[in-house]
Amino acid sequence: MNEPSLVIRKFSDLANPTRFLALVARVWPWMAGMTICLFALGLYLAFATVGDYQQGDTVRIMYVHVPAAWLSMMGYSVMAVSALGTLVWRHPLADVSARAAAPIGACFTFVALVTGSLWGKPMWGTWWVWDARLTSVFVLFLMYLGLIALNRAMDDPTRAAKVGAVLILVGFINIPIIKFSVEWWNTLHQPASVIRLDGPTIDAEFLRPLLVMAAAFTLLFLTLHALAMRNEILRRRIAVLRRHAARAAGRPGGAA
Amino acid sequence: MIALLVRDLRLSVRAGGGALIGVLFFMTVVAVIPFGVGPDLNLLSRIGPAILWIGALLASLLGLDRLFQAEREDGSLDLLLMQETPLVLIVFVKCLAHWIATGLPLVLASPLLGLFMNMDEMAIGATTLTLLAGTPAITFIGAAGAAIAVALPRGGLLVSILVLPLAIPVLIFGVSAVHAAIEDPAPFLPPFLILVALNLFFAVVGPVAAAGALRLSSD
Repeated sequence: MNEPSLVIRKFSDLANPTRFLALVARVWPWMAGMTICLFALGLYLAFATVGDYQQGDTVRIMYVHVPAAWLSMMGYSVMAVSALGTLVWRHPLADVSARAAAPIGACFTFVALVTGSLWGKPMWGTWWVWDARLTSVFVLFLMYLGLIALNRAMDDPTRAAKVGAVLILVGFINIPIIKFSVEWWNTLHQPASVIRLDGPTIDAEFLRPLLVMAAAFTLLFLTLHALAMRNEILRRRIAVLRRHAARAAGRPGGAA
Repeated sequence: MIALLVRDLRLSVRAGGGALIGVLFFMTVVAVIPFGVGPDLNLLSRIGPAILWIGALLASLLGLDRLFQAEREDGSLDLLLMQETPLVLIVFVKCLAHWIATGLPLVLASPLLGLFMNMDEMAIGATTLTLLAGTPAITFIGAAGAAIAVALPRGGLLVSILVLPLAIPVLIFGVSAVHAAIEDPAPFLPPFLILVALNLFFAVVGPVAAAGALRLSSD
């Protein structure tokens, strides 16, 4: 009974941007350090393991590609939770979080698409296939860009965040439908040539670096997200200060 | 509610002929396609349903940004917001009126365009039927986008960008239902029923989201 209330109190403590900034300032060097260490370990493991007997060295692309794809979905989930935070709990930092997560998630999605394309060329002989997975990730990318465009288009950040939160949630409901329908669409038209990404079940040899890289990517996401949130808070403060300064400058002149 | 429906219908028919412009756009898009892919009748009859569907999708997105913007400009949106009746219901009725004014003409125009595309009677019938079932879904989900962009000065383009990815399932199931109707082995009913289900689903989600967005952007 006590435990959740404590958690909630801690969580709402963070609603104070100053406290959040202090926490970020204390934590982010550690997070960045751990990210770098994990990346070093993961990249070492990725290059130390033997290549696949069929795919050769190109299998190493997987260690970047798969975590990026995971993170692209996690980014949208973070945004959806933030959107709930904005609309339901009215957490003041939730809209900052949603806004900060959008470009990062879009970047990870982009990385996943590009590395997938680079991997697809030697493996499948083509840069792009209208495969179910590729298509749904591409749609996800488009949705990210749409959300960023919406955020950019509105002047008032809090209102943009609220309206954007509605869109994020609608998109979140829709993503499973899109994914399922896209898969259906693909298998209906070309059942014979569906390209499966999971050829052989993954060996422990490949799994270890993959997991380390996934952890590294997740930490990278969290670090970037925290820093982006910090930047967003500072940017809003600067905007407010500027507005105050402009108002103070206008007052003695009596410009009306 | 009925008064609102009639009012919206009257406005859309009279002011500027928004409904007819949608149909005109639909016809233009479909007429331009043969210039792009060449006048091969066999090819056209094969991709005809898809062209009709894409044209209808684009045409129904075209007028969406006006769904709430005119009300916002003359202030009647605030009156609607303050009414006793639930906002979700109001949005639903407005969507319905918008669909009758812009979506239904598209559906009625599609058989004629199907003839241009050298489609046989079966394909024309199936396309018309799926459009009848599918275009309301586009309007409903588009209402959410329109409500989100209502406060923006140039929301029209943004609405299309936001709504198009969400409308992909409707497109997929609409076209695949038509293909199933033309080619015998695949059954027609499952994709068509899923299309209807999507329609009902968006009829719930769209107005709710649109009402939420309208409330948030009003204050």
